[in-house]
Amino acid sequence: MKILVTVKRVEDPESKIKVKPDGSGIVTEGVNYKMNPFDEIAVEEALRLQAAHKGEVVIVSMGKQDVQTEIRQALAMGADRGIWVKHEGAMDPDGASRLLQKLVEKEKPDLVILGKQAIDDDQNQTGQLLAERLGWGQATFASKEESLESDAEKNKVPGIKITGTNAQVVREVDGGLEVLELTLPAIVTTDLRLNKPRYATLPGIMKAKKKPLEELNPAGLGVDVTPKVAVAKLSPPPARKAGIKVPDVATLFDKLKNEAKVI
Amino acid sequence: MANVLIYAEQAGGTLKKAALPAITAGQALAKAAGGELDLVVIGDGAAKAAEQAKTFGAKTVHVVEGAAFQHYLAEPYAKAIAAAAKASGATWVGSASTAQGKDVMPRVAARLDAGMASDVLSFEGSGADVIVTRPMWAGNVLASVKITSATKVFTARTTEFGQPATGGAGAVNTLAVDAGASKTKFVSFKAVQSARPELTEAKIVVSGGRGTKGDFKPIEGLADELRAAVGASRAVVDAGWQPNDLQVGQTGKVVAPELYIAAGISGAIQHLAGMKGSKVIVAINKDGEAPIFQVADYGLVGDLFKVLPELQEKIKASK
Repeated sequence: MKILVTVKRVEDPESKIKVKPDGSGIVTEGVNYKMNPFDEIAVEEALRLQAAHKGEVVIVSMGKQDVQTEIRQALAMGADRGIWVKHEGAMDPDGASRLLQKLVEKEKPDLVILGKQAIDDDQNQTGQLLAERLGWGQATFASKEESLESDAEKNKVPGIKITGTNAQVVREVDGGLEVLELTLPAIVTTDLRLNKPRYATLPGIMKAKKKPLEELNPAGLGVDVTPKVAVAKLSPPPARKAGIKVPDVATLFDKLKNEAKVI
Repeated sequence: MANVLIYAEQAGGTLKKAALPAITAGQALAKAAGGELDLVVIGDGAAKAAEQAKTFGAKTVHVVEGAAFQHYLAEPYAKAIAAAAKASGATWVGSASTAQGKDVMPRVAARLDAGMASDVLSFEGSGADVIVTRPMWAGNVLASVKITSATKVFTARTTEFGQPATGGAGAVNTLAVDAGASKTKFVSFKAVQSARPELTEAKIVVSGGRGTKGDFKPIEGLADELRAAVGASRAVVDAGWQPNDLQVGQTGKVVAPELYIAAGISGAIQHLAGMKGSKVIVAINKDGEAPIFQVADYGLVGDLFKVLPELQEKIKASK
């Protein structure tokens, strides 16, 4: 089977993100970049499915030169080859989904796995947009019943269960866990508890340098990626008033009851 | 011709609580954009839910029912919402930012060739120049965003919009929608059973983190005394100590209660994203340097296993 996985280069989730004084962007000095955490989970799931069902794992990333780092990172984890869609400037989920649609038509994968959202724009749309454009089924927020401390997780058992041309996926939804069955080819977006991604090994990193990385671009794929969602201005969130430390429960109770009046 | 269409989730003939703030968002947007508001309800019981929905000042409430819509599934529901949007001539199409809204609305956007803004906090401007504010980078940045396509799709963060105004009686319109063949089948749903208030609706939330080491008795005891909801940090859910439905955070539930008590929670950026909109924040942690104290209005450095039961007793004694 062929699995396509998207990876996005994002600011390190632990970075302190600050808005530039003129609101035109965020301060990038001192900020580290890495693979979107949900995409790491997507790559990991693809590798587990590959181990179980044989086949090829293809990594796609879109953006400027730097994103090749994230593609190589996924190749180092064990994926087979990469596709870099070169693009400078803004791209929104709509543009990304239309590029991916063309790639899917080209590559004909059985499954496309994406992270549920990128932790920079937090839009949570690309997988769903792509599924609709392709007329495919989707299972978003994919998770599993077994915890990340379970034996199933330690043994790297895939969360997505594939039998023949069907895939069963457990989803985290409001109020509990839902199970859907998708007819392949289909779209899955990953949530936090689907798996714990592996670290790339040193031999993996060395092998990754030689794996194929194809360069494409939107014009060549016949896609206009002008965003439909344009960011006009960025601002910091409203600051909270500084709080105080209280010495004991009696004081806390008094403050909550008589000062804040919330109990 | 209506300007705004809101998909209002319903179950068994009653609008879900989360649908109401979405209708409020629709009312605000219709006022700003200068148009009218339509609603759409889907699935078993939709006709009954429409009787409730039509009291919120909508011009028309579209009803889509049928075997294909019995269980929520993204493919047929996206078709239904898009059909209602076309019937309404809506420029703006939105829903609540619930698991369902997040799952289905991008498919609606693709069907309508629309740009989409997720998790909208507010609308600014008027007429054709309405722009939306939404959070980015786990809420560390607020983005003012313009959707440039002719049709615009959004999900609204329910904690930012109150209860909808009532008034008028909209017309109810049965909309026939061909769901076509779906490539997805519903298999099962395992509900998290709880007698406690729902996390995103509760006035008070008592939340536990890694510091509980999996023992939520002090959290639950205090929550029950306060008639509060129980929340959890990611670490707690990842470890399998509490169900995923309780996770508060950037990619879990976003809550904004009157009072949020964080016990044994260090205050990672991703957790703060889910609760820093709370009116009053209390932090209880053994580590006085934990980042959570930076957002807390009242911080108590101490052992939650001592502090929470003591607080629970004080509250009980004061009743």
